[in-house]
Amino acid sequence: MTPAPQVTTAALDVSGLSHAFGPRQALRDVGFSLDPGDFTVLLGLNGAGKTTLFALVTRLYHSRQGRIAVFGHDIRRQPSAALAAMGVVFQQPTLDLDLTVRQNLAYHASLHGLAGSRARTRIEEELERVGLADRRNARVRQLSGGQRRRVELARALVHDPALLLLDEPTVGLDIESRRFLIDHVRHLCRSRDMAVLWATHLIDEADDTAKVIVLHQGQVLDQGPVPQVAARAGAATLRAAFDTLTGAAR
Amino acid sequence: MTPIHYARCLGGIVKREALRWTQQRGRFFSALVRPLVWLAIFAAGFHFVLGVSIIPPYETYIPYEVYIAPGLLAMIQLFNGMQSSLSMVYDREMGSMKTLLISPFPRWFLLTAKLLASVVVSVVQAYIFLGIAWFWEIDPPPLGYLSVLPALILSGLMLGALGLVLSSFIRQLENFAGVMNFVIFPMFFASSALYPLWRVKESSLTLYWICQANPFTHATELIRFALYGQMTPLSAGVVAGATLLFMILAVWGYDPGRGLLARRGGGE
Repeated sequence: MTPAPQVTTAALDVSGLSHAFGPRQALRDVGFSLDPGDFTVLLGLNGAGKTTLFALVTRLYHSRQGRIAVFGHDIRRQPSAALAAMGVVFQQPTLDLDLTVRQNLAYHASLHGLAGSRARTRIEEELERVGLADRRNARVRQLSGGQRRRVELARALVHDPALLLLDEPTVGLDIESRRFLIDHVRHLCRSRDMAVLWATHLIDEADDTAKVIVLHQGQVLDQGPVPQVAARAGAATLRAAFDTLTGAAR
Repeated sequence: MTPIHYARCLGGIVKREALRWTQQRGRFFSALVRPLVWLAIFAAGFHFVLGVSIIPPYETYIPYEVYIAPGLLAMIQLFNGMQSSLSMVYDREMGSMKTLLISPFPRWFLLTAKLLASVVVSVVQAYIFLGIAWFWEIDPPPLGYLSVLPALILSGLMLGALGLVLSSFIRQLENFAGVMNFVIFPMFFASSALYPLWRVKESSLTLYWICQANPFTHATELIRFALYGQMTPLSAGVVAGATLLFMILAVWGYDPGRGLLARRGGGE
């Protein structure tokens, strides 16, 4: 059944989403909703379906079942409005290594139709925020892994999105870079009322103030504020709750 | 999104392609050296082996170098189209193709912009080659340098669109070597680029018809005649038709719901 289009203020609304690659069911009836200002951790082991979910939300693939809406814009019917409101940091590095930091960001700005002057201002602002303004003319190849991740975050924010999606953004980073990334993104949630979906398999990236969606083998096992999810599973910590939930699902 | 937004997006994609071309030095030089090697070594070697009779658009006996120059121009564009395709396969493996595809602009526009960007680069390369080839006494009439431009754009579009189609069907970089062997070499050799088709007809009628059906032959002939201020409607029609066909296939291949992109996501 196709749900009737509805006006919603949710930054991201996913309902009844299923997806299969041939016989393999990657996602099964996934549903959740993100409000502006929410920091939501999509928690799941490798292979849980996080990357597939990201590919569907960003319209790299079409879903045959279910609905995805970004600020009320259906990703299938109004992809342009939905994609314009979204910033994405993918799991794989996506920067052009032979170009400079600024050239990479300027390319992204043009993909969103930003005017030259506005793009330059926004690029400077975001590079300043991630502490890389002095590396603007460096080739990406010369940057460390942590710096490249910060550039990717700055790039995702250049067009001022109200929804930010990050797929395993801290993989391969040292503790300091990881801390910086988490703090910076949480600050964005508070200061810009940005909705964030942060996919990870690292449980400690969801603290007690975050919301969490536990995804396991393509299914949402539970979701809500971390303390509530832990309490429902009868566990003291999210780690214990995760083990209980995924153990029960096996 | 207004036309000005589209123009900015197109400008950004063209700029990136140009930057990549100039900043990847190896690619820059190999693109220039490859046709010159053909001209300096291959053509010099075959200079005395092949006799070329007077055939249109030439009005006199011509040296072999002059005969293969249009074919080498088309070869520059063929390699550039494949190079751009290679960079898309590479992009997809590296993930940067995703940044293009999540742009709010329609996918057909993004692919067309990518195609136009690759054509701009290939046309610039073709003119650099023509500049150097002048020293080999490949000197078409001055107006020919102007009249060849639309031919170069059209053939660049066709070969770039072919590259796009291939990139949407190739899953990994390793498979690309196969494409080189099964697409580039047959297309180049089974065409009028290196030898006039009347000679091919003398040796094999089947091969002659294969060459006639090869769109690369028509790209070469389109460029050859345009270089002498002449137009070949048949070749122009074939090249335009093939461009349209390849572009439809590419948009289909990159469609998130229908194309192969959706079906092969299981590997992630």
